[in-house]
Amino acid sequence: MQATTAATSSRPVSMRRKVLNWVKVIFAFLLFLLFMVPFILVVMNSAKTAQEISLSPVTAPSNWGQLITNVVNVINNPNFSYFSAFLDSAIITVSSLAVIVLCSSMAAWILVRNKTWWSTLIFMTLVASMVVPFQVVMLPLVQWLRIAGDFIGIKLNGTYGGIILCYLGFGCAMSVFIFHGFIKGIPLELEEAADIDGCSRAATFFRIVLPLLQPTAVTVLILNGIWIWNDYLLPLLVLGSSGQVQTLPLAVSMFAGSYIKQWDLILTSTLLTMLPVIILFLFAQRYIIKGMVEGSIK
Amino acid sequence: MNALFLAPVLFAFTMVMVIPFFLGIYYSMTDFNGVRTDLTFVGLKNYETMFSDPLFLHSFLVTVEYTVINVIFVNVVAFALSLMVTSNLKGRNFLRAGFFVPNLIGGIVLGYIWQFVFNNVITQTAASLGLNFLTKSLISNKDTVIWAMSLVNVWQYAGYIMMIYVAAIQGIPANLMEAASVDGANYWTRLTKILIPMMASSFTITTFLTLTNSFKQFDLNMSLTNGGPAGMYMMKAVKTSELLALNIYNTAITKNMWGDGQARAVIFFIVLVCISLVQVAINKRKEVEM
Repeated sequence: MQATTAATSSRPVSMRRKVLNWVKVIFAFLLFLLFMVPFILVVMNSAKTAQEISLSPVTAPSNWGQLITNVVNVINNPNFSYFSAFLDSAIITVSSLAVIVLCSSMAAWILVRNKTWWSTLIFMTLVASMVVPFQVVMLPLVQWLRIAGDFIGIKLNGTYGGIILCYLGFGCAMSVFIFHGFIKGIPLELEEAADIDGCSRAATFFRIVLPLLQPTAVTVLILNGIWIWNDYLLPLLVLGSSGQVQTLPLAVSMFAGSYIKQWDLILTSTLLTMLPVIILFLFAQRYIIKGMVEGSIK
Repeated sequence: MNALFLAPVLFAFTMVMVIPFFLGIYYSMTDFNGVRTDLTFVGLKNYETMFSDPLFLHSFLVTVEYTVINVIFVNVVAFALSLMVTSNLKGRNFLRAGFFVPNLIGGIVLGYIWQFVFNNVITQTAASLGLNFLTKSLISNKDTVIWAMSLVNVWQYAGYIMMIYVAAIQGIPANLMEAASVDGANYWTRLTKILIPMMASSFTITTFLTLTNSFKQFDLNMSLTNGGPAGMYMMKAVKTSELLALNIYNTAITKNMWGDGQARAVIFFIVLVCISLVQVAINKRKEVEM
């Protein structure tokens, strides 16, 4: 193997090819660096004082210890309750995802296994709803949650329960669609065998079907998870910009709004907001990319 | 049993999609202001005032411009990147992940970061290098603001579209390209005669995604420019970079004109559905031709 590479590389043609390859690699990595410039700037300037930033935003910080000072300043700032916003974001994202995966897979299974007019109608309505942009329903939604909340005596605006209901409602169409496509491929014999062995219908779903859905569930989790974690407009309308429950995007925008042009604080807060997602991506990169691409193609 | 399994999804879907959708059509014909409960039915008045409001018409045109720019540039950049990271290149998996990263961060956060890049980094660097034409921030200049916003969107979205192209390219049998290569087809011929036609269906998807994504743009618009800078249109002061989604939001929430805002949202929905249907139909026909 080595002998052949040595022999071919001595020929001028492949020499040219080798140089060309290196040019390509260098070009690709320069392009990569260019893509990373905004992130590099955030990290660099999060480690500077306001004066240093206004002096020059592109030089390396003189003292990286300032990064800790800035982080402490931002976390302790009464206008930016990072930990509570992080916790709220985590609670909302995780509970919404659990509800979406469980309820959508249950619904999709019923829709696949019952071929009647109502299952077709429900499925078609869900699919059609995917083209409806959020802007069309957002205003009446806020008002309707108020009315419905008053009626049933449970507050839906500004509460975990209300926003999780919204995420299930907006996330279920695509999730049911993805699960539907997968469940169609599960052989019916599997379920019939369970039935003969005395398994109830519900137990058949939870013991036989649900475990088989695992790879699809990962796709559903990732697609919905990234959307819910980063979502801004729905929390802004349902939770309000100064409510008890605050997600991270809401907290950052409130913070940036109250410290206009104080880039040392704003950039540090954006860094703290991005960090959890970037860390998650480093660990689950393969699944995240696969999930997002598959979800879009279906 | 069936009803029990369907109930949670149907309940949530009805509560947040079905009822608000129809309620919205009703609200768009009232003078609703978000607080009052005794609504007056005004018929199509909100729809009429919308089309004589320069702010709305301007937003509409800017959104179309922004969408066209983005559909072209996101796809061109993403396609070029996908060719690069599927070629025989060292560290291509690392590159793929890197180009994908901006897509994971929310538009609000990215908006603030790029505001800093445009208002501080570029202007100060240009000043110290003596590049006078760049010392005015690109997002406070009404001629460049849409392009600046598009640049951020391309940067954010290209990595995602790239991954869809990568999946399509990897789905093409390798021996097809090899056979063409053996037959003496050069890179350009293989690209235009085999690769692109084989990827036709993925172009339908990516065009649809970029089109709807830019047409619905909101988060980035709000945090990067919030509609600014001010400009003139039809003899009236307008916000030069206020896209439709932001215009709907500002009309309803900032000006407390929920009825008007909702009427705009209904038109927004109809236009979005029409252009996506036309786009998919055109692309599907092209797919067949290829």
